[in-house]
Amino acid sequence: MSQTIEETLLAKRESGKKSLVVYLTGGLDEHFEATVEEVSASGADVIEIGIPFSDPVMDGPTIQRANDMALTSGATPVSILDRVKQVESPTPLAVMTYYNIAASMGVERFASLLARSRVSGCILPDLPLEEVEPWANAADEEEVETILLAAPTAPDERLPIICERSRGFIYGVGLLGVTGVRQELASSAIEISTRLKKVTNLPVLVGVGIGTPDQAVEASRASDGVVVGSAVVERMLEGGGPERVGALVKEFRTALDEATF
Amino acid sequence: MSLGEINGLRDPDESGRFGEFGGRFVPETLIPACLDLEKSFKEAWADKEFRSRLDQLLSEYAGRPSPLTECPNLSKELGCRVLLKREDLNHTGSHKINNVLGQALLAQRMGKTRLLAETGAGQHGVATATAAALLGMECCVYMGEVDIERQELNVFRMRLLGAEVRTALSGSRTLKDAINEAMRDWVATVEESHYCLGSVMGPHPYPWMVRTFHEVLGKEAREQSEERLGTVPDLVVACVGGGSNAIGIFSGFADSSAELVGVEPSGGAAVGRGVPGVVHGSRSFLLQDEFGQVLEAESISAGLDYPGVGPEHSHLADSGRARYESVTDEEVIEAFQLLSRMEGIIPALEPAHALAWVSRERESLEGKTVLINLSGRGDKDVGQMMEVLEVDDGK
Repeated sequence: MSQTIEETLLAKRESGKKSLVVYLTGGLDEHFEATVEEVSASGADVIEIGIPFSDPVMDGPTIQRANDMALTSGATPVSILDRVKQVESPTPLAVMTYYNIAASMGVERFASLLARSRVSGCILPDLPLEEVEPWANAADEEEVETILLAAPTAPDERLPIICERSRGFIYGVGLLGVTGVRQELASSAIEISTRLKKVTNLPVLVGVGIGTPDQAVEASRASDGVVVGSAVVERMLEGGGPERVGALVKEFRTALDEATF
Repeated sequence: MSLGEINGLRDPDESGRFGEFGGRFVPETLIPACLDLEKSFKEAWADKEFRSRLDQLLSEYAGRPSPLTECPNLSKELGCRVLLKREDLNHTGSHKINNVLGQALLAQRMGKTRLLAETGAGQHGVATATAAALLGMECCVYMGEVDIERQELNVFRMRLLGAEVRTALSGSRTLKDAINEAMRDWVATVEESHYCLGSVMGPHPYPWMVRTFHEVLGKEAREQSEERLGTVPDLVVACVGGGSNAIGIFSGFADSSAELVGVEPSGGAAVGRGVPGVVHGSRSFLLQDEFGQVLEAESISAGLDYPGVGPEHSHLADSGRARYESVTDEEVIEAFQLLSRMEGIIPALEPAHALAWVSRERESLEGKTVLINLSGRGDKDVGQMMEVLEVDDGK
């Protein structure tokens, strides 16, 4: 087994660089495996595979559209993870989906399926700290890292508790809202990162509302890096193939590597 | 002691669970808002001033108490004694106003300036728009595109009342998707908006809080029954989508000998055909496929066109205290006409489900006393029914 997500991102931080986590909708089209490989080769440190759910309340229009397309084409959690297994890439993978996908299979079975599919981590945005225990315990058992979200609305005393239960990294929610590209970086992206850095040694990544390389650089001033989703999925939906998606990821990578922090 | 315990229904535990159902499955962004809402609701409910303000609005503005109506003609036809709890006579035409006035007052007390709601048939949207107009708050209602078409009168009503109606274009474009959109809006506007959820569903404290605001109708019905019958009815029957009107009337009889029956549409029978799952904030019976994708419900009634059900109903079904049956759209259309002709009362399509079940089961109900919660009036449905019935005539 390759490095865990946490090891990978900590090593990145040690090297003085910022991390780039890229989200891709799983099973979107026939290029899925090639897209993951291309994104890996283009410099993503971790790749998040979205498993589409019928009612994605944390997602904006772009990811909803990709979700619907994947579901309509018949993608299921099992078929997507089967394809993930075929991917040849050294980059650690995480799955992002909603809790009912895990719950309907049973949390132990879902955790074991992820592990067998060489998935290192999992993000369930509708499973907050109060409800996470059964899942997180099953995931710990299979050495799948449960990545928790921390939102701008959290009072100070809540943040260290979330960080303590999170594995891999802590996902700072950059703004009040759902996933999607915004005109400007919200000031809350800097604030949440700053607050999180004060209370944890885990890598702090900020996502939601990071749509351009410039925004990624700006957000990384206070964090250890960023999660980029909708901008990449938008590129996937344009249908230019894996190379065009890879080209966008390279833009983010280059911007982060060339900026001085 | 809480009102819930007095009425025989249990309050949820600290995690918001009724038995193994309920909980708080929402994005982290919303957790502080849910915790704050729970705290504020408990404080408000214990505050005499808040309670008397709500009681005053319920009587002087909403027209409570609603009467209990004996149905002599229908009783003769069916062979059982039928009584109706007339929630259709409330201001805005349904039971929804009970919950909405409570939540709107609470939101104002919490310093929120905007009410956010989802609606299926439009009854909850109209009620929320009404409360917002009354209290001078901003109001935004999400409604599925399909429902906007079949409930255009209610769309107009909401706009007339000053609310903004936004179309939910995703998924089945009905109630389920309107809830998704409302939750997305809430995630983005949680600091100024209160999500005025319309049924006994969603994350804790909603299922409990919404039930508490509807207990007034159960309490009235119990007192009216005792007065009229000297006892409780043999059966208490109500339609169930999310299940707010049903839990309201059940709350008045849960500690009695009355049999409690919830009636679901056959195309959205979450208790009847679903398995436990998690969507829209809580764990409950849910129509879903083998991978956990939520299925689309299908019902002639926009208000019941929902693949899930409130968690307390799942618990009542699980524990056996209530039972859940289903009826077809055809049976509902029959019942809609039956009550109109027999008693001069045009029911909404939602409570027509409860009537349809009683009508179908008339043989086994012979000689019994049946209380039906007539949760809303049918004005909103006459346009849709005019089309349905004319098409049938032409066949």
